[in-house]
Amino acid sequence: MQPENPIPPHPSPDGQNLTLPSDSPLRQEAARRTRRSFIVGGLAALGGVLGWRYLLQRPDAEGTPLPFRRVLDANGRLSAAYFKETRLAREFPKSQAVKQVRTNGSAGLQSKIDLAAWRLVVRPYGGGQPQEFTLADIKALPRVEMNTELKCIEGWSIVVNWAGARFADFLAKYPLASRSGQPINDIANPPADLAPYVGVVTPDEEYYVGLDMPSAIHPQTLLCYELNGEPLSIAHGAPLRLVTPLKYGIKHLKRIGTIAFADERPADYWAEMGYDWDSGH
Amino acid sequence: MKQLVEKHPLAIRWFHWLNFPVLALMIWSGLWIYWANDVYRLGWGKTTLFKFFPQSFYEAFHLDHKLAQGMSWHFLLMWVFFLNGLLYVLYTLFSGEWRYLLPNRGSFREAGQVILHDLGLRKTAPPVRKYNGAQRIAYTAVILMGLGSLLTGLAIYKPVQFGWLTRLLGGYEAARIEHFVLTIGYVLFFVVHVAQVMRAGWNNFRSMVAGFEVADVPAPEAKTKQN
Repeated sequence: MQPENPIPPHPSPDGQNLTLPSDSPLRQEAARRTRRSFIVGGLAALGGVLGWRYLLQRPDAEGTPLPFRRVLDANGRLSAAYFKETRLAREFPKSQAVKQVRTNGSAGLQSKIDLAAWRLVVRPYGGGQPQEFTLADIKALPRVEMNTELKCIEGWSIVVNWAGARFADFLAKYPLASRSGQPINDIANPPADLAPYVGVVTPDEEYYVGLDMPSAIHPQTLLCYELNGEPLSIAHGAPLRLVTPLKYGIKHLKRIGTIAFADERPADYWAEMGYDWDSGH
Repeated sequence: MKQLVEKHPLAIRWFHWLNFPVLALMIWSGLWIYWANDVYRLGWGKTTLFKFFPQSFYEAFHLDHKLAQGMSWHFLLMWVFFLNGLLYVLYTLFSGEWRYLLPNRGSFREAGQVILHDLGLRKTAPPVRKYNGAQRIAYTAVILMGLGSLLTGLAIYKPVQFGWLTRLLGGYEAARIEHFVLTIGYVLFFVVHVAQVMRAGWNNFRSMVAGFEVADVPAPEAKTKQN
């Protein structure tokens, strides 16, 4: 049913006198309704301001008030539920990859490193002796080259030519992420007792990131050792760094020291400073 | 005959006034985010007419170094902005209010007349109805802009999971520019909207708060005589 137009067409009110005669019932009704509406509106505005201030003054949860942290985490759970390992980040022609790749951040790179003595340490899920790997062990895995966008949480992005081994391939060969010691043969059907999280830390433990396992075993998540076909420079995270176009650049930890699997979300350098722990794409 | 005529339903008044602070805070937190990579400008080659934004602007409003805070506000308030907008659209559909809001065949011609009149270039004012053609176009466009902000926002928030959307919008970088341009659009809308509300006066403004307007409407035609 088409509702009646509440205001029938009429001449422009410009210059019309719409003042209601004083002490007319119409004027009293208009005044009553106006008063009531402005009081309700004013109280609602006040309630809104006080409510927002209340939210901001809640105790801090890793750099952001608790209600905001809860919403970030809920958003993360929602995207985890929607996540599919078959959705790939866009790949670009190699010609589009930038030649001079920007370095952003050097936390975890300040300590001295002897590249020849470097070992990747992996702590098996559920305990057991930590295992050590050389760069040659990683390079023995299938080499994957990809030209993907590095998206910085600051808002800029560049196409980068990366090469390395899939983390999923590493876990297929070295079954360290499931309690029963089963390898990942098919990322769509990983072992049922696969760890839900993985934490990656620099050798000096100054920089650390946490990833959800589905993102970590995504086919575009690499243990990366080459950039533009060259071994990583120190500033870009030699000898081995994490690369995943499924996350903002903050998760692309340079100079991997230790990898450990966990039941709870591992500590994350930027998440402790108020950023979204998931930071996923 | 002077009457109090019902103009804005209660639901629309609530949607309108809730959207105002929510969109304002979305823009504010968006500025905190944008500051971290403030590369946009108006210009060509090496000539810059205007940089978004001058350093003095950030300093005056303390907009700098608030990226994390900006993101946490943005990703909470986006839900309120989305739900409020969705409920508004559903309400207008089911209540029939959309009939006054969507542009029709005459709207574009009438919008031209309204603009000429408002700029003082045309004497006669177009007849007053609930919304004139210019309003219909503006109020429909701003809803489409809201949808655009949600879609471009989603495209830069989850560019892999919604990769099809990001590609449709021209890529990650393009979607970020579109998200920014839409925000500039809201600011321009706001300037014109507030100027027009001030011009229209108290009676009109009050109707968005109290719902009614005082109008001098023609007396209803006498009912047919009963024999």
